[in-house]
Amino acid sequence: MRHAARSMLAALLLAPALATGAWAGSDDVVVENAWSRASIGTSRPGAAYMEVRNAGEEAVTLTGLQSDLAMVSEIHRVTTDDRGVSSMAPAGAIVIAPGETVAIAPGVMHVMLMQLQRPMREGESFPLTLNFSDGGEVPVPVPVLGIAARGPEG
Amino acid sequence: MRRRSVLGLGGGIAALGLTLLAGWWQVDGPGASGRTDEARPLPLTEMDFALIDHEGQPVGPETLVGRASLVFFGFTFCPAVCPTTLADVSGWLADLGEDAARLNVVFVTVDPARDDVKAMAEYVGYFDPAIRGWTGPEEQIARAVEGFRATYERVTTDDSYTMNHTSSVFLFDAEGRFVSTVDYHEPREFAVPKIRRAMGLETKRAT
Repeated sequence: MRHAARSMLAALLLAPALATGAWAGSDDVVVENAWSRASIGTSRPGAAYMEVRNAGEEAVTLTGLQSDLAMVSEIHRVTTDDRGVSSMAPAGAIVIAPGETVAIAPGVMHVMLMQLQRPMREGESFPLTLNFSDGGEVPVPVPVLGIAARGPEG
Repeated sequence: MRRRSVLGLGGGIAALGLTLLAGWWQVDGPGASGRTDEARPLPLTEMDFALIDHEGQPVGPETLVGRASLVFFGFTFCPAVCPTTLADVSGWLADLGEDAARLNVVFVTVDPARDDVKAMAEYVGYFDPAIRGWTGPEEQIARAVEGFRATYERVTTDDSYTMNHTSSVFLFDAEGRFVSTVDYHEPREFAVPKIRRAMGLETKRAT
């Protein structure tokens, strides 16, 4: 009995630690270092960044995402041609091999948040849900940092 | 027949591989020669455009001559590339310390329809105070872009539009001569030494 109580206490203490990376139950997907920049009002699109790690032993396919913050949320890939011109396009489905991490990071990809339903305010966070081809969903709380933030540490 | 088509496919893949290799050699590899003369920005003294800064003051290429300059194009409705560039530039200015006060830093919009003086003032206000925001009539923006040998194009999206544009940061010396660029995908630690070189400052060896 006493042992069980101690285990439960340990589980309770561990829970916040586990919650810092969003677990997808059986999907073994861990999302880390999520962050976004504050928006100026709601007329401009917002962007969010994160690292999506497949800690499991089977490949997973990230098919899309959604948030109540934006009417449309899409992963966009930025490409820069040999003239130095940057453009962005939907990244499509992203396959993540076992043990691999996909970095949705400045210069490479971003989560494009279109038709914001409310301003993204520094210090707040918003919920984002990642959808996978096996039907799994991974909820991710995304902190909103300052507009001039350069990474998850600000 | 079947074997032949397989061979043909193999040849095609080999040819594609060679093409990609040649492309890499010229663009990123040892064969890279930098910008050709045709793509090289004009000296600021040979450019001709008239814009307005985010405080409503008339500005042009002549405004920049006399101090080294860092100039880049973008637009305030840009979700990722532009805020990343503005945040990076703010970081470089912090790294330059007191020397940053002797550098012109200008963000030129390629979307004057949405980026008026007020929008530019609000936007640059979130970044390093040394960054100036320039806007103006569409045809004057086009002349500036042409002088820098940059490009931009409007791309229609489902409910709105976005802009594709040159994301390189351009560096000029105090006489207005083009020195180099910091490209968007270039390792960011190369930036500060390049800026110092454009300013005629000693380039500290990275430790």
